[in-house]
Amino acid sequence: MDEKDLFATEYPVSASEDEGDSDTERKHRKLLDAISSLDGKKRRKLTERTEASLQVSEFGISAEGAGDKLSLSDLIQPSNKSSALSTVKKQLKNISQAKSVELPLTREQSNRIQRVVAYEKTTEEVSRWENIVKQNRKADQLVFPQNDEKVKPARLEEVVTRWKPHTPLEMEIFNVLHKNKQPVTDPLLTPVETASLKAMSLEEAKLRRAELQKARALQSYYESKMRREKKIKSKKFHKVLKKSKQKEAVKVFEELRKTNPEAALEELQKIKKTRIEERMSLKHQNSGKWAKSKAIMAKYDDDARQAIQEQLQKNKDLTRKIEVVSESEESEEEGGVVPDFVNDAQVNQDGLNPWMSGKLTSDAKVCVNQDVGDEAEADVSAEVEDAADEDSEDELSEEENLLQEFEDKRRLRKMEDEELSAIHKSDGEHDVDEPREEQVTAFNLLFQRLLNQSKQESHKEKRNVSEGRHKVISEEPVEIEEDEKEDEPFLMETLDRKQDLEDLDALGQEALSLSVSSGKKEPARESSQVVADTQAKKPKLIDHNDVLPVKAVKVKTPLIPTAVEEEEEEDNDADQKMIIKEAFAGDDVIRDFLKEKEQTEKAGKPKDIDLVLPGWGEWGGTNLRPSKRKRKRFTIKASPALPRKDQHLPNVIINEKRDAKAAAHQVSELPFPYNNPKHFESTIRAPVGNTWNTERSVQKLTAPKVITKQGHVIEPIAEEVLQKRGPCKKPAIKLDKPEPKSQRLPKKRPHGKHPVKRKHRAGRKHKKKSG
Amino acid sequence: MLWKRAVHEYIYFLQKMKRYYEEGDEEKKPPEQAPVEDQEPAEEVTKAIEMTPPPSNLSHRNKPKNQLISGAKDPFPGSASVTKELLSKYERPGKVKLVRNMCAQRFKSLEEKVQTAVGLTARHEVLLPEEDGYLEADEGQDTWTITQQDIAEAVDITSGSKHFNLVLPQFGPYSINYAGNGRSLLLGGRRGHVAAIDWQSKNLNCEMNVMETVNDVRWLHTQSMYAVAQLRWLHIYDSNGVELHCIKKFNDVLRMEFLRYHFLLATCSSTGFLQYLDVSVGKEVVATNVKAGRLGVMCQNPYNAVIHLGHSNGTVSLWSPSMKEPLVKMLCHRGAVRSLSVDKTGMYMASSGLDKKLTIFDIRTFRPLHSARLPLGAGTLCHSQKGLLAAGTGDVVQVYKDTRIAAPKTPYLCLSAKAPIHGLQFCPFEDVLGIGHGGGFTSMIVPGAGEANFDAMECNPYESRKQQREWEVKALLEKIPAELITLDPTKLGEVDTATLEQKQREQKERLGLDPNEKERFNPRRRLKGKSSSANLLKRKKKVGHERQRVSMSVQERKAKQQEIKEGQASPGPKSTLDRFKK
Repeated sequence: MDEKDLFATEYPVSASEDEGDSDTERKHRKLLDAISSLDGKKRRKLTERTEASLQVSEFGISAEGAGDKLSLSDLIQPSNKSSALSTVKKQLKNISQAKSVELPLTREQSNRIQRVVAYEKTTEEVSRWENIVKQNRKADQLVFPQNDEKVKPARLEEVVTRWKPHTPLEMEIFNVLHKNKQPVTDPLLTPVETASLKAMSLEEAKLRRAELQKARALQSYYESKMRREKKIKSKKFHKVLKKSKQKEAVKVFEELRKTNPEAALEELQKIKKTRIEERMSLKHQNSGKWAKSKAIMAKYDDDARQAIQEQLQKNKDLTRKIEVVSESEESEEEGGVVPDFVNDAQVNQDGLNPWMSGKLTSDAKVCVNQDVGDEAEADVSAEVEDAADEDSEDELSEEENLLQEFEDKRRLRKMEDEELSAIHKSDGEHDVDEPREEQVTAFNLLFQRLLNQSKQESHKEKRNVSEGRHKVISEEPVEIEEDEKEDEPFLMETLDRKQDLEDLDALGQEALSLSVSSGKKEPARESSQVVADTQAKKPKLIDHNDVLPVKAVKVKTPLIPTAVEEEEEEDNDADQKMIIKEAFAGDDVIRDFLKEKEQTEKAGKPKDIDLVLPGWGEWGGTNLRPSKRKRKRFTIKASPALPRKDQHLPNVIINEKRDAKAAAHQVSELPFPYNNPKHFESTIRAPVGNTWNTERSVQKLTAPKVITKQGHVIEPIAEEVLQKRGPCKKPAIKLDKPEPKSQRLPKKRPHGKHPVKRKHRAGRKHKKKSG
Repeated sequence: MLWKRAVHEYIYFLQKMKRYYEEGDEEKKPPEQAPVEDQEPAEEVTKAIEMTPPPSNLSHRNKPKNQLISGAKDPFPGSASVTKELLSKYERPGKVKLVRNMCAQRFKSLEEKVQTAVGLTARHEVLLPEEDGYLEADEGQDTWTITQQDIAEAVDITSGSKHFNLVLPQFGPYSINYAGNGRSLLLGGRRGHVAAIDWQSKNLNCEMNVMETVNDVRWLHTQSMYAVAQLRWLHIYDSNGVELHCIKKFNDVLRMEFLRYHFLLATCSSTGFLQYLDVSVGKEVVATNVKAGRLGVMCQNPYNAVIHLGHSNGTVSLWSPSMKEPLVKMLCHRGAVRSLSVDKTGMYMASSGLDKKLTIFDIRTFRPLHSARLPLGAGTLCHSQKGLLAAGTGDVVQVYKDTRIAAPKTPYLCLSAKAPIHGLQFCPFEDVLGIGHGGGFTSMIVPGAGEANFDAMECNPYESRKQQREWEVKALLEKIPAELITLDPTKLGEVDTATLEQKQREQKERLGLDPNEKERFNPRRRLKGKSSSANLLKRKKKVGHERQRVSMSVQERKAKQQEIKEGQASPGPKSTLDRFKK
């Protein structure tokens, strides 16, 4: 704008001037005002005149130019038009406006500022993606491209409902179906079917079906079997058949015996008769012509041998006396209910090592003395002790004597047993309390009475013989037995000849009760044993019970190896020596082991570092050792050793060395997100392979983190995803809107970086978003 | 293989069924419920698979389920529940409580997956077709009174035929070995008779006399190869009896064990060496001098493939190929150890010694559990897959039950072989105990000895030739390196927390030199009198000072950082006059 014009505006315009001129002037002024108001602080209120009036009013109503500052140029207003003053005016103005222009910023500075601004903008923009990035990181699996719609198979119901009959045939069928109330919408079950289902439960139906099936099958089997058997001409077969029938007959007899003893007795008579007949004849004695010829062949032919054996077996079976299982049966008459070896084993075992047995009994004595409180019991034990002592002496002196002793004892014991049983019987033959007797049937009782009568007589005789020695028979026979067993595990127990299976069973129970009671008495006995041991081997410092603490339980063995018998037989001095040597060899073993353990412990301990220099600051030379003080000062003490794993196990040395080769396979550095090894270990603790998991879980456990479909373009993530997923604020600065794209997510993006510049792992097309 | 696949399919089928119903539900639910469902379908599935406790099950049932168009109801809504005991059987030990930290999310999702997997595995139990059981005697009868003949008569013909005797009195006591799947039997008579038999069909595959003492025989990974420890060397034959290898590095071998997952043949010799032969590559892995005299007693722990050796001083030592010293040494008997056996779980070891004791040890804690005295002591011991223990005492074999619970009082079964027993082994996956003795071989039926349900992927008694071949390849691919044999296999899953110092020390030991060591400065020889001794010393010192300076500067830097950390940053550049400040 020209300077002149400026002045013209300041000049009060006369009313005679034309309208247009005044209008432009007003506008101009306004502009000026606005500009001056920009200056701040002294903002002037603009007053607009709304009515026509003279410019100058004595009351100053007009606001135009009211609060204007007086400028220097105003003073020379009257001489307005004079051009000479214009230059002065200009100069004056220049003076008032003179200000130096600031230097432009250096390029570095401006760049920095720009960068800062740009950074702020971009962080703001990028931070909007943070949630999505986090979500994607957390996701177990990402599938690219992401928004692919999966084609789901339509469900059956939908398909069915959608379908309508069109052709006449279809219509017809449809009608028929409707008539039968065949569900159109529900293809599964008709009402009839559901009703039937309700009527019978699945299990019932299954049971029923199974029954029917079985019946049918059995019938068919039976039929076919009969048909087949009808045709068979083999003699052998029929023989076998006969045998089986016999067996069945025996079974029936057993049954009968339980239910109807009278009939059974008759049956028994019949059997007895057959037995008598068999015994009379030579039929199965292998004395016939056939048998003799077979006997010759038997050496070479297995079949022949078998045939002969069969014959013999038959004979045996037939001639065998039919016995009734009863409690008290004479051992002499026992018909092999229990095989002989059962008793053999016991006999052999005790005779196995007399030296050892003597030793053990003395041990046991101590225990018993500790345990027993009752006088009566003490009595018994004392007696038993005596007996044991005698025994051991005898053993040492003479074998035969020993055997004699055993024999006596055995007889004694047996007699005692029998007596007990006799007492029981006399007390109450129909005693219901006795569990064994409960089971005995009436039939058995019949026989028992007969047997008992004969036996009791013999018992009395025996008792008379032995009463002098054996005086105490207490009211608690079981307990005494127990004690005896504890006393003489080798002597008494083994000599007790078991007569039948029931007896053996009782023995088993005894043993059980024994173990229970021994369990109760454990601590006391242990301590006593420790005492005994220490007494026996005083000079020893090592407590052997600590090293091999478990006490051996003796196993009852029904079969005894033949070698044991041999061992028993050969009873030379040399053998004895060997046994002793063997027994004492163990002591050294333990001591050696403890020594070794000590050594390894010592080797494993961290050692003190000795930095003492002899002769440093003192006299040095042979036979001169550095002073104690100095030694103390210059040795670096090692840290105390960590507790060993085997510190509480006297019989074990555990190697504490690190297995470096295996360690090479271990994870040596904790992977990134974990900060506690325990956490990491727990994540890899579960096996992933299909050896330990089902196929399904293997698939789940080993699912890849990212799946990309082959041949599909993976586009960068679009902004729509932001709106869809995750709450986030609107961007402060609107970016150029990207053209609408399918929303896709990149696999991973670290935060705080430009998402636009990220490249996708599997992406083929990289698109740059303008920021 | 088949059953396992069937199981997978069944499970998959179950899952599918469930999904089917569930989806239907979701669709029919009112819209306000839908988002909730959307959020946690995954959780629900896992919950269902984790042993759904009764209350949650009920809630499942209470949901309106008849929302299908058809009106059909799911007769068994929700997933079938699994009992806690069953789940605990498959529980993966070492679970850690969840902590809120960076990896919490990952941790959680993984844990869910593991729990799901455990649940699915537990569900498989339903599909194990076979049950195991034992002989049960009538009241007042003991099981050991039942003879083999009785059993053979009572059982079906096929099973009955599994009790048989091979009368081979000529070639002395027999050591035996069943193949891994229990089909083939290998007999090695002390006097040189070696025979491979398909014992179920009684087919003789090969038979020969090696004309030398045979100490032990052992099948290798397949039934086409076996190792025979002969008087001098170890020989390997194929199924036709053709000698494949004579390994002279392995001499005077007395006993052998084959570690099938590692493809290692462990041998112990009368010269006192424990050697490992990698049969997949035919190389000796390691030879250790045990320093305990003649090694005639050996067994392997099937759980961790550690070799147990019994010694004449009553100790038992445990060995792995990666260690030159025994992992553990324990005193078990007062006399020499005669026989050892470790059960399948690797928890219990039975040992017998010259003191005629049979002791059961818990080898997790190395404590003896209980002990029993046997007449004559047990010369051979063997555990079955189900934990029965067979002991050969003289000429009698006694089988004990529940030895881990209490000391045996009476045997479960017993049999007199009528000749001194030399080798015992339970046949895998069969209720059969093979007894090699002086008079030949006896196969004894022991009800309840074998594992009733076999894993066909692992070991298939009915595998075809082709399956056998495929298995071999897979097994070779999955071969476990020998170094991984450790006492506690779970150790491998732990982070190695050894210090750097320790690792460097180990490296030094392993390599024989320290790779991190700086070489000493050796001043170069210079001419013209510059290599006078004084000069050399000076140069050496210079270098020494330089090194010192470097190390010093590092220290100083550290100190400075420390200072800055503590907040005592130096106020400005130091001047020389600062030292006079007070």
